[in-house]
Amino acid sequence: MMQELSLNVLDVAENSVRAGATLIEITVEEDTAADLLAITIADNGKGMTEEQVRQVTDPFFTTRTTRRVGLGVPFFKMAAELSGGGLQIRSQPGKGTVVTARFGLGSIDRMPLGDMEGTIRTLVQGSPGIDFVYTRRLDGRELRMDTREFRRVLGEGIPLDDPQVLGFLEEYLRENTRELLHPGTETAEEERA
Amino acid sequence: MKSLAELQALREEMKNKIGIRHDSDTGIRIVVGMATCGIAAGARPVLAAFTDEVAKRGLTHVSVGQTGCIGICQYEPVVEVYEPGKEKVTYVKVTPEMVPTIVSQHIVNGSPVTEYTIGASGAKA
Repeated sequence: MMQELSLNVLDVAENSVRAGATLIEITVEEDTAADLLAITIADNGKGMTEEQVRQVTDPFFTTRTTRRVGLGVPFFKMAAELSGGGLQIRSQPGKGTVVTARFGLGSIDRMPLGDMEGTIRTLVQGSPGIDFVYTRRLDGRELRMDTREFRRVLGEGIPLDDPQVLGFLEEYLRENTRELLHPGTETAEEERA
Repeated sequence: MKSLAELQALREEMKNKIGIRHDSDTGIRIVVGMATCGIAAGARPVLAAFTDEVAKRGLTHVSVGQTGCIGICQYEPVVEVYEPGKEKVTYVKVTPEMVPTIVSQHIVNGSPVTEYTIGASGAKA
């Protein structure tokens, strides 16, 4: 069991990396009026068959051959269901996979979102060759980070996993998240969903 | 607020320094287990701590990477240090607080922090 939803995202997005994705889009959306928190992880990896989609929420299914247990998706599903939400997976072989988890935003049994910025930094660091788009929405406003734009600015020769670039990426996300959650309060302590 | 214009400035600043990173197979590799078990046990801040400490000290011959589950989930977060010509050292139940000690004693001064290794942990368990 994870302590924050952002850790589930880190873990489940790793499946997209292993599926050979070149682009992974992670969206965190809070809708206060609808009492909804939705987290989507979409990739253009190799996808799954209908049967695999059914199996993947079963803890005793994994494509690994070293061990027979896979807890990543089941943990994410459990976290969603605990808060009165659920998990949906849409996938097509050769096209990619979209995992969507919905949570009751105000549910007392919903885990905190936690450090999403740290999760995105960790993903970029672990797979600097893959592109990530991170979108965080709050009641219609949004922040968006696209590593393809970072690459365009950096040009050839400076990889995304350079420590200075990673440091910039994390600060960029933290500052813009703070601005999204608390507009106009640059110095305010960041609160997380 | 940070914008991509600042990234542009960073790029100009970094241009001069490109190429000082050493070939990774002659250097030291620090690998953090980042499978479900590692993440659940707290590997993400440990990875960040190693990355930051290595960057802060300017250790260009050291790389920090991620790996999956190596099968000792009860000892996560697990960190392995590979040094050319030496036996692999496995640190277990690593916390961000342990990272500066591991980097200064082991990575910089070449002497593994025995009390944090799997050998020491196994003896106590």
